[in-house]
Formats: sequence, C-alpha cells, structure tokens
Amino acid sequence: MSFDLNFIGILIGAIMASSVPLILAASGELITERSGVLNLGVEGMMIIGAISGFALMVITDNLFLAVIGSMISGLIISIIFGVLTQSLLTNHVATGLALTIFGIGMSAMIGKNFVGIPGKEFPLLFVNLKENIPFLGPILFGHSVILYFAFLLPFLTNYFLKKTKIGLIIRAVGDSPTSASNQGINVSLVRYSCILYGGAMCGLAGAYLSLIYTPQWIENMTGGRGWIALALVVFATWSPIKVLIGALIFGGITILQLHMQAVGFRIPVQLLSALPYIMTIIVLVVISRDSRKIKLNTPTSLGQIFYKEK
Amino acid sequence: MYKNFLRYIISVLFFLGVSGQANADFKVGFVYVGPTGDHGWTYQHDEGRKAVEAAGIKTTYVESVPEGADAERVIRQLAQSGHDLIFTTSFGYMDPTNKVAKDFPNVKFEHATGYKREHSNVSTYSARFYEGRTLLGHMAGKMTKTNVIGYIASFPIPEVIRGINAMTLAAQKVNPDIKTKIVWVFTWYDPGKESEAAQALIDQGADVIMQHTDSTAPVQVAEKAGVWSFGQASDMQRFAPKSILTSIIDDWAPYYVERSIAARDGTWKQQDTWHGLKEGMVAMAPYNSAMGSDLVKEVEQLQKDLASGKTHSFTGPIYDQKGNILVAEGSVADDGMLAGMNVYVKGVEGDIPQ
Repeated sequence: MSFDLNFIGILIGAIMASSVPLILAASGELITERSGVLNLGVEGMMIIGAISGFALMVITDNLFLAVIGSMISGLIISIIFGVLTQSLLTNHVATGLALTIFGIGMSAMIGKNFVGIPGKEFPLLFVNLKENIPFLGPILFGHSVILYFAFLLPFLTNYFLKKTKIGLIIRAVGDSPTSASNQGINVSLVRYSCILYGGAMCGLAGAYLSLIYTPQWIENMTGGRGWIALALVVFATWSPIKVLIGALIFGGITILQLHMQAVGFRIPVQLLSALPYIMTIIVLVVISRDSRKIKLNTPTSLGQIFYKEK
Repeated sequence: MYKNFLRYIISVLFFLGVSGQANADFKVGFVYVGPTGDHGWTYQHDEGRKAVEAAGIKTTYVESVPEGADAERVIRQLAQSGHDLIFTTSFGYMDPTNKVAKDFPNVKFEHATGYKREHSNVSTYSARFYEGRTLLGHMAGKMTKTNVIGYIASFPIPEVIRGINAMTLAAQKVNPDIKTKIVWVFTWYDPGKESEAAQALIDQGADVIMQHTDSTAPVQVAEKAGVWSFGQASDMQRFAPKSILTSIIDDWAPYYVERSIAARDGTWKQQDTWHGLKEGMVAMAPYNSAMGSDLVKEVEQLQKDLASGKTHSFTGPIYDQKGNILVAEGSVADDGMLAGMNVYVKGVEGDIPQ
C-alpha cells in the first residue's frame, strides 16, 4: 500500500480526469438553463458526441476533426430540441427525455460498426513535467488539452454571465422572457443559441469519454453521467464555480471509494457506493445556503414555454 | 434512480415493438440485462440466440432490461405475444420469471444462473464459470510479481463469490503469498466505473486484474497500465492483445439450440443444468504465449483435468476467513454448497457486502 505524496498527486490527477465530462456537460447545460430552457437531453447529446467523435476518429484518423465533429454532432442533435421547444412550443421536459432516448438508440445503431475497434492514443501535454515533479506534477501536467479547457470553462462561464452584455441578455431572457422581449431582445434567437451551445458542450463531454477517458466505443458508455451533470446544475444553484466544485467532489469520492475498498477499509460497501451522491448533495447544499443568491441565480422562467404574441 | 427511470422508458418502448409482432409460429424470446454490443455477457447470449435462429427457429430479443419489476413486465409481454419458450439471462430475473411462469403454464421458461424452479414450466441453467476461474487463479498466482491480484466484483451473489474463491484457492496453490483485493462496483455494466475500479486496484499494487462485470473496459485499462488481465464471458483478446492471458468464454449456443428444438418438438422437460468445461458451456480462449510455454502446458493440463473431473476447483481442505473448515481434506464441495456459497475462503481480504 503506497500513500506517499506522489501517489496522492496521481490520485488527484485521476479525480480531475474523471470529473471532466461532468464539468463540460454541466457548464453547457447551465448556459441553456440560464436562458430559461430546461434540456433533459444531456445524456442523449453526450452519447451522440461520444459515438460521433469515435466514429470520426476511426474514419479520418484525425483526433482534431473527431473532437470538432463531436461538438458539431451534439449541436445538430440539440437543433431538434430547439425546433421542437422553441418553434413548435413543445414541453421542455418531455422533449428532453425524448432526446435522451433518441440519442441512446441512435448512438447504438451508428455504433454497431465501431464496437471492438481500439481507440487511438490522445496526445497528453507536458508529460515530462508530470514525471519529474513530485506531487504537483501529476496534478498540473500530463493531461489532455480538453481537461485544461474544462477547468477554465467554469471561470469563463462565470465571467461571461456576470460581466458581458450577452451574458446579461441571456440571464434577462431566462428570468423574464416577456420583459426581455418587450425590450426588443429576440428571445427565440437567444434561446436557440444557448441550446446549441449546450449541445456542443455535451458533445465534447461525450467525446472526452470515447476518445480520452475510455478510448473505445461501447453502447451506453456515458453510463448516466448526463443525468449527474443535470443534477449538478440544480444543486449548484446555477453557479458555474459551484458546478466545478460539485463535479470534483463527485468524481473524487467515486474514485476514492474504489481505492478505499481496494485498501480494505471496513466500511459497508453499499455506503461507500452511495457516498458520491450523498456528499455532493450535502456539500452543494451547504455552500449554497444564501437564499438571496439562489434567487439571483435561478432562472425564473426555467422550463416555461415562451410564446411571443404578434 | 435516473437510470432505472430511463431504462423503464426504454423498456416501455420495447414492449411496443415486441407486441406488434404477434404470430402463431413457434417463437423463442430472449431477455438481456445489457446491450448486445457489450462484447461480454449479453453478447455471448445473443450469439446463442443467433445459433437458434440459424437452426430455423424464430427468435425475438429485448436488450438492456433492468432487473426487478420492469423485467417482469418485459417477460410477461413476451409470453403474451406468443412466445413459446423464453430465456431470461440474468440472475436478477429469477423471481419475475417464476411469477410470470405461474400465469402462463403453456409457455416454457429458462432462467440463467438462478436456483428457483417454482413451477413445472421453469428450468434453470448455468455454467460452471468457477472452473475457468480456477485456471485464471493458477495463471495469476504464477504471473504476479507484487503478489496482489485485483478483482472487480459486481454484486455479492453466490455466483460471484464462488468465482472469487475458486480463483483465490487456485492462486494460493501455486503461490501461497498472494492476496486478493476486491472492489465491488454494484453494476454489471458501466465501462467508466469498471475502468476506475481497475485503475484503483492497479494503484493499490495489483499487477493482475480480473473482473466479474460485462464490459471490456478493465482489460483496456490493464493494457495501458502494463499489467496482466483476463477477458470475461467472451474472447476480449483484441481489446488488450498484450495484457490478456486468456478469456473465459460462455458458450450458450448448443444449449439454446437443444432446448429450443426440444420445446418445439414437445420433448422439453423441466431440468436444472449446470455445465462446465466438460460439456463446453465454459470454454477458454487461446492462451497468451507471453506467459511462457511451460505455464501454457501446465494450464492446458489443468484444464483437461478439470474437464475430466480428475481435479475439482473446490478440493479440501478449504478454510473460511476465520479459519473454520468448509471442506474437509480429501473431499470436494458438493453442488449444493457451491450454489449457495456466501463466505470468502482464507486469503481473500475484506468482508462480503451484506
């Protein structure tokens, strides 16, 4: 049993890697929800991203194209959701669920030809530094470029929502589409854009799984991570930074509990398995107690259908 | 919860598909716990189904059916829509299968890996996977340098515990210093979680990994980390060509064909089948030459001995973790004991989750 400092560094690095898909998908969904749209199709968009990324990698042998392609596929799938909920005014919840079922089925169908093909090595950055610096090396270095992007994303999202004009417009649309519309804002356009952005991020999250984390295509490989991402957004009370914290706690405890089992801690295994869920909820509830802030962050019109009268 | 809900919806969609195909001909239905593309457990059952189809019998399958109440609805739907024989291929379908069998006395049911045959139209069948585990244990004990064998376990049921014990006993025989470290993942199929578990075991010093879950993720992690691994349920060699020493293959095809033909011809009778290496229901994939030709020969001999009955996976003396004797010296565990195995043997670390 090795519990030296370097090992703890490796562990933290692994935790960071496991939380990437959650951070990406949740950050995307957060923007979508902030504009007042509840898209429960995260899991479906992720799995579509996963299969498209993997399929493109196999066909083109180019990882860059694969990553871009996965984002575009996520985006295309989210267009379906956009057209249905924004133009045809269908119910957000039902449409989102349908999108997930569609995504899972569709990905399985496309994926039939890609099962059993080994993945390609994804280039990792600063591998030398990772091996030569103890403790901090494995935490800070030797990751894929997508991981660095994922850890920047919550801060960028936070800045974007709070300090930029477009961010404010999105929040305005999410809080009161009627007022925003009266101000001359094209609510439909804003919501469409947010839906597409969310789709692209979910696609990227899926590609991270199929290209980097478990480089292969397996049916249903997202394994419910889309639903966790959705729950994170709500428990983080729509704050990007708290989404990051929540994703790290969830990923962290998931991995730690497996290590605790392997080391032989005498804690009931069922409790250990439930721990990631319990701890994430507890921590996020505790750090989000300020009800004034929750009100400020919650998109008031979330999931409501907006129809501009002509 | 989210997963169950999702699966529920998916299974509902499947009913619609299934109910549309009612037909008077003889038909066989299959219920799978995972997707047919898992390249493990469900994949092998589906290979068996294809063999039935090739024998000229119509088949239907429903994949990714969660164990529990939803399973009952799927099985009932298959029975209602004119299927004459239904194979339910996961341990958790045991009670649902028996419940539905009561209401459909004219339909025959075959439940895999269970032990309840409450009605005369229910048969059970399983494979002696533990014989394969004995071979794995022998190889693991010989190949490990760290003396730590990592084992990814799904659910604490006798079938899984039997595998852990068989492997540990065989490994101890060739290497008394080995330790078996176990991680329970409480799922049959979650590639992400299975790879995290594999990684955790490797980080804790295991240099041989095996799993009682269905995806190929653990062998791929092992390949990357440069440790030894074994394929589960089907030949997973191409997923980890360097790391895999062999795979335990479940070959259901002959059994499925035989039982389907029997049911069609009216000769089907209730029975409890437990076949192993001897009958070919458990088979081994080619052995990796990286373990050296001497070891390959040893293992091949052991495989022959297990098949012929000369050697038994559970030969006494066997002790539990506290040192109480389970099987006396000179005798072997009987099938009743094997079927209900719920304690670890000496040398396994940790407690069985209750």
